[in-house]
Parts: sequence; C-alpha cells; structure tokens
Amino acid sequence: MRRVAGIDVGGTFTDLLLYEAAAGEGGTVKLAKIPTTADNQAHGVIAAIEATGVLPADLDLIIHGTTATTNAVLERKLARVGLITTMGFRDTLELGRRTRPKPYGLFGTFEPLIPRELRIEIPERMDARGQVVTALDEGAVREAAQKLIADGCEALVIHFLHAYANPAHELRAGEIAREVWPNGYITLGHALLSEYREYERGTTASVNAAVQPILDRYIRRLQGELEARGFKRDLLVMNGNGGTVSARLVARDAAKTVMSGPASGVMAAAATLGQSGLANAITYDMGGTSTDVALIHGGVPEVSAELTIAYGLPIHVPMVDVRTVGAGGGSIAALNAAGMLTVGPHSAGSEPGPICYGRGGTDVTITDANLVLGRLDPGKLLAVKNPVAIEHVRAIVDAKLARPLGLSIEAAASAVLTLGNMHMAGAIRMVSLSRGHDPRDFALFAFGGAGPLHAVALARELALAEVLVPARPGLTNALGCLVADLRQDFVQTLNIGLDLADMGHVATVLAAQRAQGLAINADEQDEIVETVVLHGADMQFRGQTHLIRVALPAGEVSREALQTLFEAAYFRRFQVTLPEIRAVLVNLITSVIGKRRALPLASLIDPDGRKSTADEAVVGLRPLFADGVWHDVKVYQREMLPIGALLAGPAVVQQIDATTIIEPGWRARVDEIGNLRIVAGLA
Amino acid sequence: MTEKPDALTMAVIQAGLTQVCNEMDIAFTRSAFSPVIAEADDRSSGIYAIEDGALIAQGEFGLPVFVGTMQHSTAAITRLIREGRVAPPEPDDIYIVNDPYLGGTHLMDVRFAMPFHVDGELFCWLQNTGHWPDIGGMVPGGFSAKATEVEQEGLRLPPVKLFKRGVMDQEIYSIITSNIRVADQRIGDIKAQASALKVGANRLAELVARYGVATLKAAISDMRVRAAELMRAHIAGIPDGVYRSEAFVDSDGVVNEPLRIVLKITAQGTELGFDFTGSSPPCRGPMNSVVATTYSAVYLAVRHIFPDTPLNAGAFEPLKIVRPEGTFLDARYPRPVSGCAAEVSQRIAEAVFLALAKAIPEKVTAAPAGSSGNFALGGFDPAKGAAYVMYQISGGGYGGNIEHDGLSNGCSTIGISKTAPVEVMEQYYPILFRRFALREGSGGAGQHRGGFGVHYEVELLRGEARASFVMDHGRFGPPGVQGGQDGAPNIVRIHRGGEVFTPEHLSKDQDVPLKAGDRVEVMTPGGGGYGPASARDPALVARDVLRGYFTADEAARLFGEHA
Repeated sequence: MRRVAGIDVGGTFTDLLLYEAAAGEGGTVKLAKIPTTADNQAHGVIAAIEATGVLPADLDLIIHGTTATTNAVLERKLARVGLITTMGFRDTLELGRRTRPKPYGLFGTFEPLIPRELRIEIPERMDARGQVVTALDEGAVREAAQKLIADGCEALVIHFLHAYANPAHELRAGEIAREVWPNGYITLGHALLSEYREYERGTTASVNAAVQPILDRYIRRLQGELEARGFKRDLLVMNGNGGTVSARLVARDAAKTVMSGPASGVMAAAATLGQSGLANAITYDMGGTSTDVALIHGGVPEVSAELTIAYGLPIHVPMVDVRTVGAGGGSIAALNAAGMLTVGPHSAGSEPGPICYGRGGTDVTITDANLVLGRLDPGKLLAVKNPVAIEHVRAIVDAKLARPLGLSIEAAASAVLTLGNMHMAGAIRMVSLSRGHDPRDFALFAFGGAGPLHAVALARELALAEVLVPARPGLTNALGCLVADLRQDFVQTLNIGLDLADMGHVATVLAAQRAQGLAINADEQDEIVETVVLHGADMQFRGQTHLIRVALPAGEVSREALQTLFEAAYFRRFQVTLPEIRAVLVNLITSVIGKRRALPLASLIDPDGRKSTADEAVVGLRPLFADGVWHDVKVYQREMLPIGALLAGPAVVQQIDATTIIEPGWRARVDEIGNLRIVAGLA
Repeated sequence: MTEKPDALTMAVIQAGLTQVCNEMDIAFTRSAFSPVIAEADDRSSGIYAIEDGALIAQGEFGLPVFVGTMQHSTAAITRLIREGRVAPPEPDDIYIVNDPYLGGTHLMDVRFAMPFHVDGELFCWLQNTGHWPDIGGMVPGGFSAKATEVEQEGLRLPPVKLFKRGVMDQEIYSIITSNIRVADQRIGDIKAQASALKVGANRLAELVARYGVATLKAAISDMRVRAAELMRAHIAGIPDGVYRSEAFVDSDGVVNEPLRIVLKITAQGTELGFDFTGSSPPCRGPMNSVVATTYSAVYLAVRHIFPDTPLNAGAFEPLKIVRPEGTFLDARYPRPVSGCAAEVSQRIAEAVFLALAKAIPEKVTAAPAGSSGNFALGGFDPAKGAAYVMYQISGGGYGGNIEHDGLSNGCSTIGISKTAPVEVMEQYYPILFRRFALREGSGGAGQHRGGFGVHYEVELLRGEARASFVMDHGRFGPPGVQGGQDGAPNIVRIHRGGEVFTPEHLSKDQDVPLKAGDRVEVMTPGGGGYGPASARDPALVARDVLRGYFTADEAARLFGEHA
C-alpha cells in the first residue's frame, strides 16, 4: 500500500491528510488537525502524523507546506544578511520606488531587510545592453565578503545593476565570495529573477537570503526527526507557484516558499474543480483576520510575478496570484463619528478576538454577528475554551450598533454581515475585473473556517450562479499539498520590438527553459505521471510599461501568430485595438509542470459514514435569521449526507471544520465526489 | 418614492460608487501609454453631480491633487453648457478639456468628461484626468520654468466633444496630435482614457439597475451629509483658535525672489476657515496656482491629516476657504501655471500642515520634502536616430512625527506615484546613473528626525540634450516643528566640461544645454524634524551614525553631547 501525507502548517493549526492508495482505483483518507507548535513546527508535523496512527516509517511520500518563511518575513525574525552591490547603488533596497504606506496620511515607516551598515559598494558596472562600463574589482569583492563575515552576516546577496542583461559580474563575484564564505547561503540577484527593475529584483534576492538559513535549518531538522523515526523516502515542499520542490533543493530558492500556504489552497481548488467538471472559479478563503481570493480560469490558477508580501517588500517570482483583503471573522463593526456603520479594517485578531471567544473582547465582529443570527453554533466554536453567553453578545450588539442605528439586534447584525460581504465582494470584483473577467462567469469555491458561512450570501451579492464547498473546507491547504504538481518556472527578459525579434533566438530560449525544467523534475520522476510544458510571453505596445501575458502554443511560434495572440489578449482585457502601435516582446516564460497522480477526492469523506437519505443526516433544528425573519432550519451533518442528496435553503450544514449556510431561495446538492454544489432557485 | 434608504443600503451604495471609481482608475493605469499614468498613477477618476459638479465619489487610488479639481471642471462644463457656449451632452459623448482656468491644474492634466444617462435623462458625470507626457509648448514635457503666459506652456483645449455619440472626432484628434511632441503614442492614451470611463459607466449602470434612481439619489445626498458630519466631528477635536503659518516657493522661475504663502486657519466649533490674505501677488513665471488647484491642495492636506474622511463634496463643506483673489494662488488668464499642480500645491499643503501642527501636533508631521522634483531631459539619441523626452521625478524625506522618524524617499504629498527604476530609464534613454543614493545628513534633526532625500547623478552618454528643472525648497529646507530642525534644502548641480554650474533660481531652470559626458546631480530635500534634537534617544543617534546617515561629528553637533 502506498501512503502519501500532505501536511500544512498554518498559523493556528497543523493539518494533515493522509492518503492510503489501495490496489486499483480506491483508497482511504485519514485526517488530523492539531495545534501548530510555533517554536518548532517539526514537532507539530510529527505529532500530526502520529495522530493518524501511522508511523513516519510507513510513509512513502510527504508533501509539506510551511509558514516558516512567511512568518519569518512578517515578524522580521530573519537571518543577518550582507549585500555587495554596484558602486553608487548601496541604497536601492532602502529607497524603493518613492512610495508611502497609504495613499493618504504621512505617518508610517519602512526598514529594508538588509540594514545600511551591511550594504557594501564595489567598483563594477554594466550598461542596459549588458556591456561592461566598469570592470569588476575582484579584490574589492573579496574584501567586502570578508568584512561582512566579520560583521556577523550569515547570508550574502550579490546584486548588480543590469545583471539580468549580463550576469557575468554577478557570477564571478559569486565565485570569489564562495571562496571565503563559510556556508552556501549566497544569493545572486539574477538567479531567482532575470528581469529588469533593480529594487524589485534586489528585494526578492534579499528576501531569499534572509529566509534561506531559516528554511534550511527547519527542513534539515524536520528531515532529521523524520529519519530518526524511520522515514526514508522523499520530502517535497510547497512553493508559492503552487508546485512542489524536493527538500534538498528548496532552500536555494527559499523566497519561493513565502506565500506558499495560500497557494496550496488554490491548487486544491483547481484539482477539485477538475474532478467536478468546472473550469472557472474564484477561490474564497475567509479566515479570522483576512480573506484570500484567487482566480482559476480554464482550470488553471492565475499566476503573478508582481506580488508584495508587506509594504515595500515585493517578491517578483511567479506565484499563484492570491489577493488578501483585511476582512475576516475578526473584523470589527463600529459606528464612525458621523454615525455611519463601518466594518473593518480594524480586526480584533485572535487576542482578544470576537466577543464570543470569551477572551475579553468587547468589539462587535463579523463572527459575533454570525453567532447572533444563528449562523454559527455557539457550542461548536473551534479554539474557544470559555464561551460567553449569547445574551452577552446580543447585549453588546444592541448597545453599540442596534440602538444608535434605530434597528433591531438582528437587523444590526445582518447589516454587519452585508457590509462585510460588500467589502469582500469588492475584492472579488477587483481580482476578476482587473484581469478582464466578469465574475459572473465563475463559481465561488469556498473554504477556510468561515468561507462556507458567507459564500452563498456573497454569491448572491455578486450574482454568481454557483457556490462549491469542498468536502473538507478546513483542510484545503493540506489537500493542496497532496495534489500539487512539481512545477518549475522560468522568466527571461528580451525587451525587443516584435518586428525586430530573432524568432530563432526566441525558440532557443524557450527550449532551454524547457530543458532546464525537465532536468530538475527528473529527480522526482517516480511521482510524475505526465509532464505539461506551458510557454508564454509578456508583451506590451511600445511605450507602455504594463505587461499582458500571452499563452503560446506548443512548438515554434511565428512572428505573425505572436502578434495576433497579443492583439486578441489585449482586446479581451481593454476592448481596445491599436493597429497604430508596434508590439514589444518583453519576457519569455516557461513553466514545466510534472503532474502527479490524481487523488480520488471522493475518498475525503468516508463512504461508510454516509446515510441513505438526507433526512437521516439531520442532527437537529435551530433558529436562523435570514432575509429579515427567523426560520427554524434543519442542521445537517456533512459527513452523513448521501451522495446526490438535495437540500433546500434555508438550512445549515455543519462539519468539524466548517459551517455552510444555504440561504433562503438557494438549494444544494451533494455531487458525485462529495462537494456541496449550491445554486439559486428552488428545485 | 423618495423614502430615505436604510443605513445599510447607504453603506452598500457608498462602497459601490467608490468601487466604480477604483475600477476606472485601474483600467486607465493598466492600459495607458504615458509612463506618468501607467507607472506613476498620475491620474484620477470620479463621479460628479449634474447640478453643481459636486464630487459624489472618487477612487481611493487617484492622485491626491485631483481630489478637488475635477468637481470644479465639471462645474465649469455644466455652466458653459447652460450658457450655450458648449454643446449639450448626448449619450456616449466624451468632452476633452485641459484649460487650467476651467477647474484645472496645468495643461498636461487632460480631463475627459462623460455624461451618464439613465433612461435618456442625465444622471451624473463621470470624469477622469490623466497627465499626458507632452502637450506642446516651449519645453518638452511641459514643465517650463520660464514661461510668462499660458500660450507658451502648450495647447489649451476648451471643453469640446472628442467623442460624439461614441465616435471619435478625427478632426479634433488631428489638431491635438499636430500640436504635441511624441504624438504617435497619444492615440493609445486617448483610447485608454475613454475606455476607462466606459468601464465605469457599465458598472454604474449595474448599480442603478439594482437600486433604482430614487434610492441612489437619496443615498448620494445622504452620503454627502454624513461626510460633512464626519469632517465636522474631526474638526471639533481641534482646539478653537487662530493658527498661522507661512511657506515659501523659491521663485517663480523668472523673477528670482521668493513667493510667500501666508495662511491663517481659524478653528471654530466644527468649521475650519482658511484665509490666504497677504500671500504674494500673481507672478510672472509659471508658479501661479489656479483656484481649483489651491482648493484641492487644502482638501488633500486635510485628508492627509484625517485619512478616513470619505471622498465626496460633503467632506469639503466644513472647510471654508476665502477665495485668495489678487494673489498668485488665484491665477487668471493668461498667467502661466505649469508649476501649480506639482509644486505650489505642495507649498499650500505645507502651510496647512505647519499651521495645524500648532493645534494638533499629535496628528500632523513636520514638513515633508514637498517637491515632485521634476527633471526633464529632451534630446536626440544618435544611436536610435530618434528624439526623446525623459522625466525623472524624485521623492524626499517626510517630516518626523510624534511617533517616529520620517520616511525616506517618500512620494510627493500630492502624488502617489512611483519613480521609474534606474534600469528602465537606462533602457529607454541615452543616460547612465553614476549614483542613486540616500542623501546622507539631509533629515532635519529632532527627537524624531526627518526622513532622508535622495542624491542622484546622471550622465548623458550620447548626443546633445536640454535639461529643465521644476523643483522647490532650494532656498529653504522643509521646516521642523515642535522644536525640530529644518530638513536640508534641494540642490541641483550641473557638471559641464569640468565646470560645476548651479541654476540661478536654485531649483528651477530650463533649456540647459548638455553634451555627452555632462552630468546632472540632484539632491532632494530631507523632511523636517519633530521635537528638540536633544531629546532624541542616544541609541537611535548611535544607530544613525553606524548606518552612515550622519557622520559622528554631525551627530555631535546636531544632537548634542550625549551622542
């Protein structure tokens, strides 16, 4: 029997899905959800495996998603990094692009990841065409490296201007530094990203260097602990591009693991959609303090190389394009000085958290509003040890919102939800519309603790046709680990008018990218059932700065075909044609995707637990306030619902990790693989 | 039915209207050609009332200086239509206008206004502004430092219908493109600017379909009342009193004398009065401000202090500005105005900051660098066989505040734009940056010091070119507050054939000829300091020395013995 474990370490919980493949098609799934061990995530990982009753020694493969690097960046608990850079450009990482944290307000600060005293300039210079203006001063490189070692640096970045056009100086400086540097933690600026924009490229490199020792140590420790327990097989680690890499290689491009958590949720969504016959969805992962949304079009998650992890910290490597809005269960509802209801952007976080968490919170949050309206079961709040009485929550909603607004408690709580949904709907419109898609062409894929609670109301707000709640909404990231492919991405800047481009060279670059990706994936050949190679081009009209990504067909592409593809993509996005202006070929892109064996998702819920009728899955009745009135609604236990069951809203579907609300006028069906498919209208 | 919508509907409609504007902003940026729009976000989109042009909603990511201007230009268009001087609107028309005196800024800021009809009846106006890289005139890029009348600054368009029932008027288009530089890319910007309005119209139509005209109207008027109430609540927190300040523009570019802004703010109850009496008279050079820009500068400064105020006309109602007639802050035709949006507006905002720093020092920073740092280079690249116009804009230090040191290389207060990367500039233009660095020592000393400006040096590699500068704070640095010291003033140096040349007007000049090998060196201002330098934490002083922000000697001199 082959056993594969997907393990996702989140901020609060470490989730595990263990798939045991039986001979033939079938298989079974074991689950675990245990508190994350923040000081050493490895302990939680081991504990999660052991919680399933399986020993690490019995596992054939572990795919691991970790927040180690994300947390390190957000909390600035980073390695001490030194920088060697071009004379005159020591401050690139500190000056940025002349921005401020918010459009309005002049408060706010920024500290670069590498402090100024650890940034050293040396003589060297390339011009924009990659011609040497000033030769590399090799002695200065050696001296700088030695000084940074003496200053206690653990990792090193070598970042030179225009290295994307000609990396010779960076490569040579890297060789020199390696002669003296005590470890392998050296990041060359062009290595992760061979694209112009010195601040973004340099920051990406410095994020990489700053998390590299942390990730390396963590993965070594985890591997050590696993090996001590008899695990001898492969460990793969999730990347932000939604693919995985071998633990042996992951630290080299450590920056790619930052933001891998949200990416794995989107990969799970894509895999689920694929087995559900859907191609287009907006993923909606609502948590306590924020909500992540992403777009899957034609079965493929959108990828962006222009994401930002925090103010002033862009990471320009291809990652699943997940957008975060600061609205979650903990978002605070209040009246502003003019008496107008506002929801967010302030959050009660997890300490003190919503009023109903019983940790001393006194601000009304979205979670509290859900509770007041019967949408959440006060007895079943995860992570709550001392729940407070619902009357206490109602009294605060009454005093702070309902009375000043002249509304009933229920109407005030409903207003909080509607306004919160409005903000999330705005974020969803932005991710779809800003790429030229109409959100109404998409299903809403709801997961995370609170996603299924709001999804149907949100779909109504956005006029979406369908909501899909997967079998295990609270374990979606772990599922993402189980289903993620082996993926390698490459970008090469050409920046040349299409009419002047050497199409032979274009073909050579794409072929080289493809060969490089295949070589990396070859190490994990056992896992790959099929390899897909995607080529693309970033293009623009001459004079523009923004890019449009054009998917290229397999095989050689002609100049004329590229022009046509670009014009079509541009028209789709902006409804504009510009025959007057020449097209420019900016970047060539290749993704080599090694597809792993598909996981039969129907196994996520044990078929033996399913009843034969929906009514048998009813575990109670409870009052639910929706559309202005109280309803007595059925509460269904998700794991007991039979395949094909039909449920009419209003109704509640509960499971250990999430609650789904089916709003009045909507109906749900349990599809063949166990998803809840919720659509408008009565059967 | 004109029943007042409930609190929830209102909040939803308000968010919906803002989203309409955000979507217009994004569509415009992503499809624009002008790097000033595409990279620097020098554009804004809004929705305006048909009666008086009052601002109904504006995008959250629009350039702040346009916060108040477009309602004045909508008002001007509707007035001219009423007077029969401009043709009345029909569906899918788009008017183009850049006349500064009709609710504008400078000529480069071109506004497109589109009527929005519901069932054949005019409901509101959609308008956007985009900064075009050139609009003709005596210097490439339009930032003249020496113009003495608006005709020298470029092509001035009254409101005319560039699109008539959705179809572009080729004759007007030909007139425009025959009068501006690098005209071949403007068709792209025109299409982008027009299609962004259409994106907004489609979304707005969805809101109308959902809530109906009556509810939307009621919500809009209620929003205005609420915004006014919110602003009044903020103002009520300002102690009653009279707060005075002064701010100085280095010169008008023609006459080398400082221009003075004198501001008296009167806080009384829930209203703030702004009186610029005593400010300098209209000037000969292009540092005049049109009144729409002056008002807008006051609005944006107040919004920097109270960032949560909604962007609609109601928020401006409690701000009582006495029209500054007879001063350079209320320029009339044919006064030149190219410096008003980028520079004079920032001095006006600075005057507001400095006055209110006396009243509510916990909410206001010391003066920020407050210059857009425009350096334009126009020339011919023999290697490419083509002419070019290059812009370099710069940030500077922000002022220290009650909580922390000022930000380094912050954006101009009137902008939200990013500078172009050195690598991108060197790709496009025949130049090489010898350095692009933090300007050491430039932050004003204080308990919380100012942020640092930038120090760059750029060399012309090929051919010949002409350099122009419209910057400010060259004569006096950005002032500190609460006992903090001033930030370092702006410095421009031109290295030509072994000689170093400083512009007579320090921060302004135009048509300075350069040859290959010549270099332009710019040091932008640091922010003002907050609180006395002697109160600074010695550990922070030591850290600043370690980082090389100040030399040990400077630190000892500025921060005292304990350093």
